[in-house]
Amino acid sequence: MKVELEADKCVASGQCVLAATDVFDQDDDGIAILLADRPAAELLDDVREAVAVCPAAAIRLVDQ
Amino acid sequence: MADTLVQPVPEVPDEAPEFPMSRAARCPFDPPPALKELQEQAPLTRVRLWDGSEPWLVTRYADQRALLGDPRVSADTDRPGYPTKASPDAGEGKLSFIMMDDPEHARLRRMVTAPFAIKRVEALRPAVQQIVDGLIDDMLAGPRPVDLVEAFALPIPSLVICELLGVPYDDHAFFQDNTKTMVHRDATPEQRGQASREVAGYLAGLIGKRLAEPKDDLLSAIAGRVTAGELDHGQATEMALLLLIAGHETTANMIALGTLALLQNPGQLALLRESDDPRLVASAVEELLRYLHITHLGRRRAVTEDIEIGGQVIKAGEGVIMVNEVANRDPDVFPDPDRLDITRDARRHIAFGFGVHQCLGQPLARMELQVVYGTLYRRIPTLELACALEDVRFKNDAFIYGVHELPVTW
Ligand code: HEM
Ligand code: SF4
Repeated sequence: MKVELEADKCVASGQCVLAATDVFDQDDDGIAILLADRPAAELLDDVREAVAVCPAAAIRLVDQ
Repeated sequence: MADTLVQPVPEVPDEAPEFPMSRAARCPFDPPPALKELQEQAPLTRVRLWDGSEPWLVTRYADQRALLGDPRVSADTDRPGYPTKASPDAGEGKLSFIMMDDPEHARLRRMVTAPFAIKRVEALRPAVQQIVDGLIDDMLAGPRPVDLVEAFALPIPSLVICELLGVPYDDHAFFQDNTKTMVHRDATPEQRGQASREVAGYLAGLIGKRLAEPKDDLLSAIAGRVTAGELDHGQATEMALLLLIAGHETTANMIALGTLALLQNPGQLALLRESDDPRLVASAVEELLRYLHITHLGRRRAVTEDIEIGGQVIKAGEGVIMVNEVANRDPDVFPDPDRLDITRDARRHIAFGFGVHQCLGQPLARMELQVVYGTLYRRIPTLELACALEDVRFKNDAFIYGVHELPVTW
């Protein structure tokens, strides 16, 4: 599974960082960055939570 | 109930119900019963506002998220169909990017996102802890009962925003006095307006100082945008004022109303007080945000292109009101939604809104509330309400729900 992040859409809510600290961080402006685009299987539930709470539909989890 | 029996209310099925609706007197923490009925029976329905306009009322969680995340839905209060507010609290004029659409909204919002990043906010935690401890020290040393709103809930966000913006310590008293008047129940509209102008003038002056001599604070960052030609001085002041106003009464009301809700649910309060687990405190913050949903009366928007949703077409030029307080009680998302349960996973609540306008200050608000809920009840374990619940006055008509005062003792 691959995580895709569209940083253009990000509104710096910080929600993905709270939901999946091992997968997301923020740059100096608070915009989300990916720490791992192919996270380990045990992190996928956290990523799904991040997808669900992102207010800007900036995160996707794709099957590839 | 008695009222509905004696009043000859004619059945007019095509007449849109009036909005806002009233809460049930005995359930001050629950959304109006009529909203729950609509959520079950007519999740998309027209309502009538004070000015006779008839926007759509959206009550289900999924529909609200879909609309708030849709770029065809505008936050610009000047758009045709925008559901206008008729409250003395509604304020005058526009307040920076909260009432703008992208791309201008994004351009301005991104200028001030940096200090709200999770790590930056975490770095402020010790300073917030100090503010909270200091206010508790003062309360413990002072007379009982005390009004928790005035002595504790309002000063916290005011002092924290001072810290963040970079308001010098010597000016804290001036700043706090005026911000208090801006939201005070007994202040006349003139007094509120006057206090608001005082604060705006003060912030404009401080931005001027930071233009000449930048420091490491948020006002300097905003001033930097003026220097770079990206904002004029007026827009910069408006932005600083938005950051102040948006985080002030909201956080204060969560502190006071949250404390009241916990005092009314002693089992939950005991769980929180006796736990050492910061994760439980964080979970309690999310649950109280969900359960209390203080930004009631709806996120309001105007639709700019026809949108099909829930078998209905909302037309361009029509208004929509997303009542988040009832979305946070949607049984499709939160099982047994009317129960306060600080151990549940409430993270999907939309107490901070949804879409591109979702609260910018949410990491800060969460941290402040974690410090407060994790400290107050431990330091004053015998805290109790100093009046009957029936005598507590709730802010039913205000745009931000809460209590006018909360007399407490210990
Ligand atoms: C518990 C406390 C808080 C609650 C419940 C809350 C709630 C909200 C909500 C519901 C919105 C969305 C408005 C809309 O969609 O129309 C919002 C926006 C906003 N909030 Fe908060 N807020 C809180 C604290 C704060 C704090 C502490 C700050 C800053 C210091 C802040 C700054 C903002 C700003 C700047 C916006 C506008 C964002 C935009 O339009 O892009 N809020 N807040
Ligand atoms: S949750 Fe979405 S909007 Fe918020 S920081 Fe992450 S990517 Fe950005």
